[in-house]
Amino acid sequence: MSSSESTLAAIIRLLEPFNEKGVDISENTTFANDLELDSLSVMDFVAEMEDHFDIMIPLNILPELETVGQVVEAVDNIAEESRG
Amino acid sequence: MADLFDKFAGMIELRDTLAFEKANPYQICMDEVYSPTEAKINGKRTLLAGTNNYLGLTFDERCIKAAHDALDEFGTGTTGSRVLNGTYGAHRELEDAIADLYGTEHAMVFSTGFLANLGMIAGLTGKDDIIMIDADSHASIYDACALSDATITRFRHNDAADLDKRLGRINGGRNVLVVVEGLYSMLGDKAPLADIIAACKKHDAYLLVDEAHSFGPYGPQGQGIAAELGMVDQVDFIVGTFSKSVGTVGGYCVSSHPEFDILRLASRAFMFSASLPPSVVASATAAVRIMQSERTQQEALWRNAQQLHCGLAEMGFNLGADCSPVIAVVIEDRDAAVRSWEQLMDMGIYVNLALPPATPQNVNLLRCSLSAAHTPEQIDQILEAFDTVAKSNSIHRN
Ligand SMILES: Cc1ncc(COP(=O)(O)O)c(C=O)c1O
Repeated sequence: MSSSESTLAAIIRLLEPFNEKGVDISENTTFANDLELDSLSVMDFVAEMEDHFDIMIPLNILPELETVGQVVEAVDNIAEESRG
Repeated sequence: MADLFDKFAGMIELRDTLAFEKANPYQICMDEVYSPTEAKINGKRTLLAGTNNYLGLTFDERCIKAAHDALDEFGTGTTGSRVLNGTYGAHRELEDAIADLYGTEHAMVFSTGFLANLGMIAGLTGKDDIIMIDADSHASIYDACALSDATITRFRHNDAADLDKRLGRINGGRNVLVVVEGLYSMLGDKAPLADIIAACKKHDAYLLVDEAHSFGPYGPQGQGIAAELGMVDQVDFIVGTFSKSVGTVGGYCVSSHPEFDILRLASRAFMFSASLPPSVVASATAAVRIMQSERTQQEALWRNAQQLHCGLAEMGFNLGADCSPVIAVVIEDRDAAVRSWEQLMDMGIYVNLALPPATPQNVNLLRCSLSAAHTPEQIDQILEAFDTVAKSNSIHRN
């Protein structure tokens, strides 16, 4: 499995508790429209990802992350940088 | 064509689905104010139990006289910002009084507490810095972050171990400013400040504590929770407001950082908004001196908080936190919360109705805040009213 495939798999697992409508999650799934995450859930989900990947995800970049695929890419980039 | 207001469709729907019949929490208007604890609202004499008037100083004779004298002597306003023509001797005197209260080297006064957070947090941080805030922070702290060029990140509410872990993830070389509140205003829960200070020390992070709601109720002279722990000198920046315990309006920050004063030339919220009017400054100074020299208000406030907290707990209500001057009754069902609030208003009791998304964990709250000026009989009246509304709205109690 490539790094982004395993990141995607992990993120889908982390999203499970927030997927109240039982949406089939793929890279194209959007947080606001498909999953309808409110701001509190977003906070929890970001914290879960930070803990799982042992990284810091700045609040500043959240507005640009609309789909699961964009989050996978951002997480991989941050993890890459912090390995430095 | 698209309408700028389209983005509010969800909010408008939410507002319109809250079917208020007798009173509307978003249209409260005080026609007359009789005392710190009573006002005329919608034509009815109402007991105030949600005004953050912790020390009950809004009608203190000494504060009123100081304001009157300043009004006569210096006029209605300064018509200028602090860096131009808006600094009077009285502003300096207030800053000295606040620095003296905390025993810090410096104090800076802003026009509101909201502006103090904007001016300090955005003023202090730049693009290479990191701000780490408690997830349940006040809107002014979130907005300050939005104004800053720094990297913004959060830790789990009141969780010092989580803060420690997240600070540990930051690679060295960057300045980190941690921001917490002393007493959280919605649920009335206190920050675990000693542990937060320890985490900041361990990771060499700066700490700013917003004591908006703890200024007055906590600390040997009302300075807040850091002072109550004897740890003022371990906190880099303490922010507070004059809009609650001090009974007027305004904000401040104290610090002993040797270069603190440069913020007077770097903090935009300080530089580009008019300074407080002399009458406000005078009543704030008088109130701060009262806080510093008298214990009676703080003692009365805590007696009242205990009476209401214990009374509601005995009645089996689900309360947001341990006893503090903010007592939030958690109501599971939103409509029951709304109906209870209306019924309380109908019985002549004003508390705050707080609903999601403005509340932590999306809870519905009937939030009370106590005042030193409440009498034991008034607290009994609040307790009886809660008992009545709980019965008529079948509110779950333990
Ligand atoms: C935690 C906190 N910070 C800042 C403020 C803003 O204070 P002010 O009313 O002086 O603008 C408030 C109060 O509304 C608050 O609760």
